[in-house]
Amino acid sequence: MNDTLVGTVPISATAARHPPGDLAIWVFILAELLAFGVFFAVYAIVRMGHVELFDAMQPNLDRNAGAINTVLLLAASWGVARAVAAIERGRQAISGRWLGFAILCGFGFLVVKAFEYAAKFRAGINLATNDFYMFYLSLTFFHFMHVILGLAILIGVWAKTRAGGYSAADHHGMETGAAYWHMVDLVWIILFPLVYVMR
Amino acid sequence: MNAKRLDAVFAFLIAATGVTWFVGESGSAGPAAVSLILGLAGVKGWLVIREFMLLRHASTLWNLVVGGWLAFVLAMIATTYWKALP
Repeated sequence: MNDTLVGTVPISATAARHPPGDLAIWVFILAELLAFGVFFAVYAIVRMGHVELFDAMQPNLDRNAGAINTVLLLAASWGVARAVAAIERGRQAISGRWLGFAILCGFGFLVVKAFEYAAKFRAGINLATNDFYMFYLSLTFFHFMHVILGLAILIGVWAKTRAGGYSAADHHGMETGAAYWHMVDLVWIILFPLVYVMR
Repeated sequence: MNAKRLDAVFAFLIAATGVTWFVGESGSAGPAAVSLILGLAGVKGWLVIREFMLLRHASTLWNLVVGGWLAFVLAMIATTYWKALP
């Protein structure tokens, strides 16, 4: 019972009410969710006025690539969650391996997306093609950039884990990086059905 | 965190993704298909929020804010879809 007391409430008890990770990353996550929420709203509202165009263009998207990328992001999130679970038990090597798995999945997402973009560019599709492709390219690229940032964070966390920088007692930094990565996954969970499937 | 619990969540997320992919590949359209895929997106998102982001350990307020974002976005998408139906 080493909890420091604030009045009659232990600090550890009040801290447990916050999500894992640094509070600052959660403020950043909320700002990111707001930005994506606005993007999704604008897409949905514009689609409302151009249903025929959106329904005619959407079958041209590569749903297999979209689904593979969904699996890769979910697998990466699973790996990150398993890494946190491992470090909670003080198993640094296992935690590092799960983070490595997550990073590989994240890079897999970027590769699949690059092939998807290349196919569209070869077909002469760009931001000016029509409203649907403007949204498809800008929305997915906005997310693509977040995957890159998430990967940079995960690589930093992985390197620190490999160097023994986290332990069962101190893994706040890993939880902070994990929270950001899961946000990237959460956004794609909406983006995939909205842009690739809903008609 | 319980590893088996995380594995079970991941298995569900993959299965739900398979259903969404199948809806898209089969060319399914209309309110029933859209209700299914948006409903699955809601369940998947809630699981990620609760089990991976670990908000189940956080206060009700945090759950309301992040879960409320998910519910609001999906409701807004569904509303615009229904309003655009002929």
